[in-house]
Amino acid sequence: MEALFSILIGLFFAAAIYLLLSKHTVRILLGVALLGNAVNLLLFTTGRLTREVPPIIPAGMETLPSGAANPLPQALILTAIVISFSFFAFLLVLTYRAYQELGTDDTDEMRLAEPRDEQLPPVGY
Amino acid sequence: MNTLILRTVAPFLTALMLLFSVFVLLRGHNEPGGGFIGGLIAASALAIYGIAFGVSAVRRAIRFHPMAIAGSGLLLATLSGLISILSGVPFMTGLWVYPVIFEVEVPLSTVMSFDIGVYLVVVGAITSIALALEQNEGES
Amino acid sequence: MAANAPALTFFALFLPFIAAVFAPVLTRLLGDRAAFVLSLAPALAFAHFCTFLPEIAGGEVVTGGYAWAPSFNLSFSWFLDGLSLTFALLITGIGTLIVVYSGGYMKGHEGQGRFLAFMLAFMGAMLGLVVSDSFLMLFVYWELTSITSFLLIGFDHEREAARRAALQALVVTGGGGLCLLAGLVFLWNITGVTQLSLLVHLGDGLRQSPFYLATLLLVLGGAFTKSAQFPFHFWLPNAMEAPTPVSAYLHSATMVKAGVYLLMRLNPVMGNTPAWEILLPFFGGITLIAGSFLAVRQTDLKLMLAYTTMASLGLLTMLTGFGSAHAVEAAVLYLVAHSLFKGALFMVAGTVDHEAGTRDVTKLGGLRAAMPITFGAALLAALSMGGLPLFFGFLAKEEIYAALAAGNPRAVFFTGLAVIGNALMFAVAFAIALKPFVGPHVETPKHAHEGPVTLWLGPVVLSVLGLLAALFSGIAHRYVSSPMASAITDQKIVIDMSTMPHLGLPLLLSVITVLLGALAFWRLTELRAFMGRALESLGPGPDRGFDHFVSGLVRVSGVVTRLIQPGRLEIYITATFILLAVTLLVPPFVFGELPGFPTWPATILVQEAAFFAIAVIGLVAVLRAKDRLTAIVSLGIQGFAVAVIFLLFGAPDLSFTQFMVETLSVVILALVMTRLRLSPRDHRPLAQKLFDAMVAIACGLGFTLLLMKSTQAPFDTLLTDFFNAYSKTVAHGANVVNVIIVDFRGTDTLGEIAVVMVTGLAVLALIRVRAGKRAGSGEGQ
Repeated sequence: MEALFSILIGLFFAAAIYLLLSKHTVRILLGVALLGNAVNLLLFTTGRLTREVPPIIPAGMETLPSGAANPLPQALILTAIVISFSFFAFLLVLTYRAYQELGTDDTDEMRLAEPRDEQLPPVGY
Repeated sequence: MNTLILRTVAPFLTALMLLFSVFVLLRGHNEPGGGFIGGLIAASALAIYGIAFGVSAVRRAIRFHPMAIAGSGLLLATLSGLISILSGVPFMTGLWVYPVIFEVEVPLSTVMSFDIGVYLVVVGAITSIALALEQNEGES
Repeated sequence: MAANAPALTFFALFLPFIAAVFAPVLTRLLGDRAAFVLSLAPALAFAHFCTFLPEIAGGEVVTGGYAWAPSFNLSFSWFLDGLSLTFALLITGIGTLIVVYSGGYMKGHEGQGRFLAFMLAFMGAMLGLVVSDSFLMLFVYWELTSITSFLLIGFDHEREAARRAALQALVVTGGGGLCLLAGLVFLWNITGVTQLSLLVHLGDGLRQSPFYLATLLLVLGGAFTKSAQFPFHFWLPNAMEAPTPVSAYLHSATMVKAGVYLLMRLNPVMGNTPAWEILLPFFGGITLIAGSFLAVRQTDLKLMLAYTTMASLGLLTMLTGFGSAHAVEAAVLYLVAHSLFKGALFMVAGTVDHEAGTRDVTKLGGLRAAMPITFGAALLAALSMGGLPLFFGFLAKEEIYAALAAGNPRAVFFTGLAVIGNALMFAVAFAIALKPFVGPHVETPKHAHEGPVTLWLGPVVLSVLGLLAALFSGIAHRYVSSPMASAITDQKIVIDMSTMPHLGLPLLLSVITVLLGALAFWRLTELRAFMGRALESLGPGPDRGFDHFVSGLVRVSGVVTRLIQPGRLEIYITATFILLAVTLLVPPFVFGELPGFPTWPATILVQEAAFFAIAVIGLVAVLRAKDRLTAIVSLGIQGFAVAVIFLLFGAPDLSFTQFMVETLSVVILALVMTRLRLSPRDHRPLAQKLFDAMVAIACGLGFTLLLMKSTQAPFDTLLTDFFNAYSKTVAHGANVVNVIIVDFRGTDTLGEIAVVMVTGLAVLALIRVRAGKRAGSGEGQ
């Protein structure tokens, strides 16, 4: 099963990176969203896969039943999902604001901080 | 968004989701759930309310600024950790008390208050983002 | 002896820093009187170090300190022998006078508190430098003197010349400091010791090392820049931009001698080799001649003194490297004499400048009557600098000639250099001490009169000391010169040079020097004009080179920045992912770490296959989306598919969270995208698309292989077992995932919710900036 997941995750990464490599902020944004899922699945798979038994200790027992899922990657991913959502929201608003201010979503045109014809700093003391 | 169906359903849906979010939050220690999920459910509930009735209605309904809610959550979470230091054990060690209220033993812990803090931060921050975006639409 | 308690020495070493911290406050409270209070700090340190004199004179060595990082053999430790004690006494003693002098010189200046703070901080750094035992401490203090010197030279930071001089000094001495650091690392690697007190007794080990020459060159890089040896001399005259107390203290009496100190300190282990005895006298000799000729050319009192300081440092380097015990004795005597008379003359120059309003020697004259005490001090100092009998400078000069004068051609050559240099310095000394004071009265910008006691105390004490040290040479030699020379040569040396002239070759050379000097003094104006013409024909010096260096550096930085930061996001991202692909693909394909061929899973349930397919369809749809709505919906599809996959594989918590997040993502995406007239369509040309696709597929393949390889390895269940065992029993929670989040890894979660909080604030700020701008400018959209 892990091999199948590996292939699926490879596809996720390839799609995310392909989108990230484009010049347009909207596509980059979509890429970031996919990249988050790709990384989460990667973490999930490295903790090994089990079917359907959640890591919850049944009443009357002290430890997990055998065959339960690995709880550690789940805990890591749970917070990662929320963080990547916040990150996504921030990037979304940044894209939106950049478009409003600069009138473009082409990253080549966004040169406010690094103008194309930037002069060297003056030589002085 | 002026659909009649949404406007009719939204208050019930929001109330139900908020209740459910608290339920998910509190049972999180022993069943699937917890602060993150509960917070996200509550934030969605408020977002739905906002889509149906507008941002100002939501702001009136929750009374405090969403970031103030988030801030109080962060404070609560930090304090939950600090209590441990006052008790002489390392930062973030869970402490438990079992008071009996109405003849029922209620387990309370710093872990729970920490989870409530997480809940509040997630509700506050995400609602704030959603409202900010919705509001902007209302203006332009 | 109670005073030897390490705690007291430790305190004495930090006293100047403590005083520096309180200097601004004290100056605000007490005004100009603060300098007197602050001068107590170096005075107390001076008194403390004086208590060591008998012990050190008896040939003992005092060490002390505290362990800092014992596992790395690092300690805060000090080491007092004749060499470091003499320096410590010069630093604290002259320092006391300088602080008093600064109080008078900077009187009424609004930056006085800051000035005194820098000055005392420098004093602490310099003191630490000369008593440091461990290499690390030596280096830290060495750089600290460079930094405080930078602050002091640039004190008058509103003038460009001062800023340039400060930066130049920092670049030159700081660069040298880096050389020194490398040199110290070499020393440590070769010898295995990190303490000077152990190093100096190691004998021949270092000299026989194959890395000796490299080490020597690196150490010389540090010493020569600090001590302004040719060709790094140019920063010293420029440093005269600093207020005069700084010039008197840092750039004549103390800091510039740090390089000489280092050479003297390393003499026992690095000296006495051909390289040492060629490099040091050679560069020292050039510096001596260049400095004394350049000094003659100047008309500014401070610049004249600066160039003679450079010449004196050259002489000291030359003597230290000359290679005989006699030369070392001469260096010791000259170093002490120089600190006394040069400090005094600088302060005199400052007083004249302060009172008369100019320090151009051609615009001064006849101040004798107005400033009798200053004149007297100047005259005494000049007599010592000129090397006339009865003064300490005379002893030094006799010793120099006695050491150099031998039959072989090398000795004759360096004797010649010394005579020429000394003669010119004689002329400059008297130009400074006589020209402003004798002759007809010249009108000066300010009406000159004697300065207050703070301004003449320093020069008088130092110049009188120059006389007393010579008259009571026995005591001076017993407590200062002999122990210092012994420390430098690592053998017992007794100096017995007294002020009584002995008939012989050294005296003859002294007479020649004085005659030549008097001649030069008599014809100074012609000599100055001649030197000016000669130097102009030589063209620009290394000072101009520094400007070219700086502007070249800016140009190179510009080119490099444009190359690696062209300002195009796609290039940064492409570079990042190409590197990622290489990192991922090199291990499997170059080092053969390919995963084993995967086995087909025993069972694939229908729902699993279905949601895998849905996820892939979602991905393809996102890539191919032609309009906004398709893109948003397809993004949602793959997200929900992932959520279901989590559910199918035993992660209900993840699944619910993912559902909520995807819902909210779709909502806010829809909110924003409907307002942007943007299409997610791809605008790249086909070739670009193919290249990007290759990069993306390479990365995807890399991750697939990495994951296959790592999941084929046996799984380490250590952490999982830990959480499993303690979740219920210790943390009282049945949902292990939640227990990990809020309990076991609670601190981590605290950090994460803080990040969520900050993101919320950032989004709010981004939106608000817009709103505020709109309200401010009053334009609607």
